[in-house]
Amino acid sequence: MLRLILSRLLSLALTLVAVSLAIFLILEVLPGDPAAIMLGTAAREDTLAALRHELGLDQPALVRYFHWIGGLLHGDLGQSITYKMPVSTLVTERMAVTFPLSLMAILISTTLALPLGVTAAARRDGPVDRAVLAFSSLGVAVPNFWIGILFILFFATWLGWFPAGGFPGWSGSFWVALKALVLPAVALALPQAAVLTRVTRSATLEVIGADFVRTARAKGVDKGATLRRHVVPNALIPVTTILGLQLSFFFGGAILVENVFNLPGLGRLAYQALNQRDLVVIKDIVLIFSGLVIVINFLVDIGYAILDPRLRSRA
Amino acid sequence: MLKGSPVLSIENLSIGLPRLADRQYAIQNLSLSIGQGETLCVVGESGSGKSMTAMATIGLLPNGVQVLSGSIRLAGTDILSLNEAGWCDLRGREVGTVFQEPMTSLNPVMRITDQIAETFRAHGLLSQAEREKRTLELLTEVNLPQPELIARAYPHELSGGQRQRVMIAMALALEPKLLITDEPTTALDVTTQAQVLRLIDNLRRKKGTAVLFITHDFGVVAEIADRVAVLQQGQLVEQGPVEDVLRRPQHPYTQRLLAAVPSLTPPPAKPLQGSPILLKVESLTKTYGGRGFFKKNRKVQAADAVSFDIRRGETLGLVGESGSGKSTVGRCVLRLIEPDQGRIGIGELPFSDLSQRELRPHRRKIQIVFQDPFTSLNPRRTVGHIISEGPIMQGEKPEEALARTRALLATVGLPEQAADRYPHEFSGGQRQRIGIARALAMRPDVLVADEAVSALDVSVQADILTLIRNLQKELGLAILFITHDLRVAAQICDRVAVMQKGRIVELAETAQLFAAPQNPYTRQLLAAVPGMQRMT
Repeated sequence: MLRLILSRLLSLALTLVAVSLAIFLILEVLPGDPAAIMLGTAAREDTLAALRHELGLDQPALVRYFHWIGGLLHGDLGQSITYKMPVSTLVTERMAVTFPLSLMAILISTTLALPLGVTAAARRDGPVDRAVLAFSSLGVAVPNFWIGILFILFFATWLGWFPAGGFPGWSGSFWVALKALVLPAVALALPQAAVLTRVTRSATLEVIGADFVRTARAKGVDKGATLRRHVVPNALIPVTTILGLQLSFFFGGAILVENVFNLPGLGRLAYQALNQRDLVVIKDIVLIFSGLVIVINFLVDIGYAILDPRLRSRA
Repeated sequence: MLKGSPVLSIENLSIGLPRLADRQYAIQNLSLSIGQGETLCVVGESGSGKSMTAMATIGLLPNGVQVLSGSIRLAGTDILSLNEAGWCDLRGREVGTVFQEPMTSLNPVMRITDQIAETFRAHGLLSQAEREKRTLELLTEVNLPQPELIARAYPHELSGGQRQRVMIAMALALEPKLLITDEPTTALDVTTQAQVLRLIDNLRRKKGTAVLFITHDFGVVAEIADRVAVLQQGQLVEQGPVEDVLRRPQHPYTQRLLAAVPSLTPPPAKPLQGSPILLKVESLTKTYGGRGFFKKNRKVQAADAVSFDIRRGETLGLVGESGSGKSTVGRCVLRLIEPDQGRIGIGELPFSDLSQRELRPHRRKIQIVFQDPFTSLNPRRTVGHIISEGPIMQGEKPEEALARTRALLATVGLPEQAADRYPHEFSGGQRQRIGIARALAMRPDVLVADEAVSALDVSVQADILTLIRNLQKELGLAILFITHDLRVAAQICDRVAVMQKGRIVELAETAQLFAAPQNPYTRQLLAAVPGMQRMT
């Protein structure tokens, strides 16, 4: 197990380096001079040169790459061109929205999907199963931003239970801040919950048909205990794969929902930075998102090993 | 013959199949009984309803299959009227069950000790500490070495034989009155099979358990049965003491089944002297694993300096237990996997020296028939397409290839119209005929048959063996016949090579090998063949 974690950590570190290089190189070959973008078309050549020098653009690419990475290691992400403030401050502020939002969505999605999927499979073709399938078809078919708009109309505008958008910040009341995240989190969670429900249902059905489930029943274990002790632990293995893919999506997928609900999160920051060609911010955000995905994959791998002893001994 | 009242008594049992099944009843009007300490073997081919009888006895019939009439009594109690809680109480406590597939019958993510202890737990017996202690005792009782280690292990860390012993330990944990074993040794190697059969028999004797033993293998019946019941299509055709049924079968179906069991006495040898050598294999070596960073010590020598040759019209048997390397040799000879070392010659052609590009036109010279008739044919292609694809790839005109396909289908005993149908429309035996036709369509010199009859019922097996023998006579094929079944090898092979751990330990004329085996491992294999005493 320890060896597995170490070898996965090593590959995690290598992947992060490769990704940072890729991001750097892609932005390097993109057309457009950051200094010219910032100063506009009317800028004089000597002011441009001065700015390039200030931004370090006149140095060789390799030096700039190591400068960027070296800064990252110290928590210095550079200076945003459009916001005129350190990217680290910007990102920390925004993460305080995106992180809780994504975590809430993950929590909602899994607490909905896992029990629903298992129950539907255990009562295959019954009314519960049919209802669950209908719910998940609907959830898969409807995009999350549209659910968001419906929620705003219904819960915010009509019923007035939740704010229609915006975020008051964590400095005020905790509950008020949390309330502002409920609708977006549900909107983000529902389509993913629908997918996860289907996966859980079919994974559970497959395990229910397995020989070792018949063995358990033949020992005299009743249906409920068989489901708890034999079916669910095995069904969780394929479910973890999908959950891993979805976790990355929750962070990335926040972009649309944050825009619909007008939340100052990372996704919205990425969208704005892209519009304003703020390359410094884009570079850092892309690296943060990639880093998140890589870390999540690492955790999923460890999760597999915890769930499945066969993987533990193979590594 | 029964001491006191029977442990299990089934009377006039009929079990109905779902509406769309190919017949109405899984079991029709079946009556059986088993006394204390007695082993009743229920024998039949696939689809005879023998497993359904077992599942009905523990109340676990599949959805849509139900008991229509009759009764099942366990120690006098009518169990068909039990509710779910009653069934849960009965399973494990009164009836223990061992299933066929040791690879899939245990929960892969649960330790052995927890799986055995669960039997006690499900019935609310013993404390946790006592359960663990009993588990160790049970593991010792089924002759597992180092029970403490086995208890901590997960199923994938055990061999098939070890897993089957764990299943037996689990089934006998609560000392049930009745033990049901459904093909418990079918997936095991012969030597392991012999040990597991002996174990079941010893435990039965010691504890006086009644055993309902389900099998398709008359060799196993001869080893373990006190009485035998023969099922055909859900109906009991014959029942009696094992001596009577094996030696004086009354019903024509039993007679046919017994006649189809291959004898261990080989037929007279064919004259092959002077026929040209078609396949020559020299020092073939293949090692698996051992390349990765952490995997250095996991090398497996699957083939170790294997040499043999096969003449035109000759069949060489390659026999051995699972993991002996026989399939690896088969695939290397075809160059489906590349050998590490060694030379393969087909006629005058240095087959092993050809590059992939040079190899392609010569591929047709050596063809293979696979084991599993259900997965080796593409389900989305018509049979005609499957058979003619090879020749067309080799440049034959499609119309010609298709015409030849129809002729080939007739040769292997199928109607010509079969060409327009899909594989799922055929039975296992018919699919194996299609597989043979596909191989023959390439007009090969050499045919590799990799366990080609192992998945088939005995009567079908006998037909396919006859077909292979006739085709060989007609076409002069050299055949490499890979099998784990020594009875089959005795009947079809001219010479037999015995493999153990990647090596050929003995290679001799079939008659000589069976009459006077030289190598100790060969002797051990032959001694383990079930039914040696009663059926030769």
